[in-house]
Amino acid sequence: MSSERVVIVGGGHGGFQMAASLRSEGFSGGITLIGEEPGLPYQRPPLSKAFLKDGDAARLHFRPQAFFETNNIELIPGTRVSRIDPARKHVTTATGDAIGYDHLVLATGSRNVRPPVANLHLDNVLTLRNLADAADLRARLSGARHVLVIGGGFIGMEFAAVAADFGVAVTVIEGAGRLMARTVSGAVSKHFLALHEGRGTTVRLGRFVSELIDDGTGRVAGVRLADGTRIDGDMVLIAAGVTPNSELASEAGLAVSDGIDVDEFLRTSDPAISALGDCCNFPDPVSGNRVRLESVQAATDHARAIARRLTGKPAPYAAVPWFWSDQSHFKLQIAGLGSGADEQVALEPESGGLVVINFASGRLLSVETVNSASAHMSARRLLASGRPVAQADLAAHNYNLVDYARAV
Amino acid sequence: MPKITFVSPEGGRTTVEASDGDSVMQTALANGVEGIVAECGGAMMCATCHCYVDEDWLARTGTASDEERSMLDFAASEVRPESRLSCQITVTGDLDGLTVHLPDAQI
Ligand SMILES: Cc1cc2nc3c(=O)[nH]c(=O)nc-3n(C[C@H](O)[C@H](O)[C@H](O)COP(=O)(O)OP(=O)(O)OC[C@H]3O[C@@H](n4cnc5c(N)ncnc54)[C@H](O)[C@@H]3O)c2cc1C
Ligand code: FES
Repeated sequence: MSSERVVIVGGGHGGFQMAASLRSEGFSGGITLIGEEPGLPYQRPPLSKAFLKDGDAARLHFRPQAFFETNNIELIPGTRVSRIDPARKHVTTATGDAIGYDHLVLATGSRNVRPPVANLHLDNVLTLRNLADAADLRARLSGARHVLVIGGGFIGMEFAAVAADFGVAVTVIEGAGRLMARTVSGAVSKHFLALHEGRGTTVRLGRFVSELIDDGTGRVAGVRLADGTRIDGDMVLIAAGVTPNSELASEAGLAVSDGIDVDEFLRTSDPAISALGDCCNFPDPVSGNRVRLESVQAATDHARAIARRLTGKPAPYAAVPWFWSDQSHFKLQIAGLGSGADEQVALEPESGGLVVINFASGRLLSVETVNSASAHMSARRLLASGRPVAQADLAAHNYNLVDYARAV
Repeated sequence: MPKITFVSPEGGRTTVEASDGDSVMQTALANGVEGIVAECGGAMMCATCHCYVDEDWLARTGTASDEERSMLDFAASEVRPESRLSCQITVTGDLDGLTVHLPDAQI
């Protein structure tokens, strides 16, 4: 047994995967996983989907308690790390305990942004990031008549879909001119706008909320927009994006920009410290641009890459990004990163759904699909092959990704 | 509670108790059965929860839906007619005694 110790800060998707992958890659030293949240590490995506309906928290755990014992992973939940001392190689918890490391992995994730809106403190104004938030939201949703969602990104729209299923009236207010604008193409935004409107949800695009309205008892009664319009509602979800938890790193003197800076091996500016997932930005192997992704795929593939490096098998990070969002019975899937696209082909296959193929300089960049798992998986396979896919070649196959992936 | 038996690629059998309404994938994870990764947590996004339903049980579990089949096409191990994504099989009293075989690899 090696006497090395890896300490992981943050017991979310990436932190859990880090511990599990170190063991599956054969690491025999000590592993300490310190997380601020109580209980066993759990999955976040269902919090805005199935969990709001079934409320079953036990189903969210990645693994039972026994897994941590069997794999000799020391799990310290309910504990916040408040400081890193890179010179002495230890972290200090909020209760003052010092825990030494040979290698440290920062998997602190991100937190919700508090937008510049007056009266955010009112009762029935909620956010959604962790299990406690989701349980609160679920409990209050059944008593709500009209929920107002501030922010038309993935989490806001997933929540809107569930709330509509509960028979609650929903109004979404989004500052941008279209839904999920940061990540999806215009064609996909349009598709989902029609979906949500078709289910009775009101979507106000290009509008900013300036203040929340007090009903006189400290509870929210609606919102006022920057143009003076008032919209009534008895519950508000703030879903206006996230910001990386990178303060621990910056206070320890590590390089930080939009999140913690890491190189293609997921190393921070201190070689004894790595960072992964939502809290870090890394060089995208395709474009070379620095990107920060908020996805299960990035957190878990980062963790696997770090585990391989720490067990003597280093390789530059090269995984194909993928993402999904479930809204009602529509499943959006994205393979690759679309930024920098200069041409786009949108198809509506006979089987239903939507396929949007994005190209840059005549080369396949990313694919967005709605209810088309085979096109999505074909795109992932093509992008992972490392061979450039020319638009002309795809055009020769009528842009049928499945046919093309089979043919090459 | 229905019992489910998982058979490892080497032939080792593990029998565990499942809760009604859980998926076969959730049952494996909750009981520490190795060999199912379930990266996407049951969203039918990863094909890392692949299993082979024992021939005797196929009539009761049913075969994969079209969407499930599309995902299975990308599973790491050989796909056979009895291949399923274990996150898509819901445990009911009807499946008491179900046996599933695990593939060589999930990733
Ligand atoms: C409601 C919701 C739905 C989502 N749906 C999807 C989806 O459908 N598909 C998808 O791909 N992605 C989805 N995501 C995004 C995905 O969950 C995240 O990208 C992923 O969890 C990132 O993993 P991570 O390990 O970087 O951070 P997290 O999973 O957020 O974990 C970070 C953990 O670190 C802890 N922490 C932070 N600071 C400290 C500290 N100082 N000391 C100790 N602990 C600390 C936090 O409490 C947290 O538990 C969703 C996210 C949310 C909130
Ligand atoms: S758990 Fe991902 S497809 Fe079944």
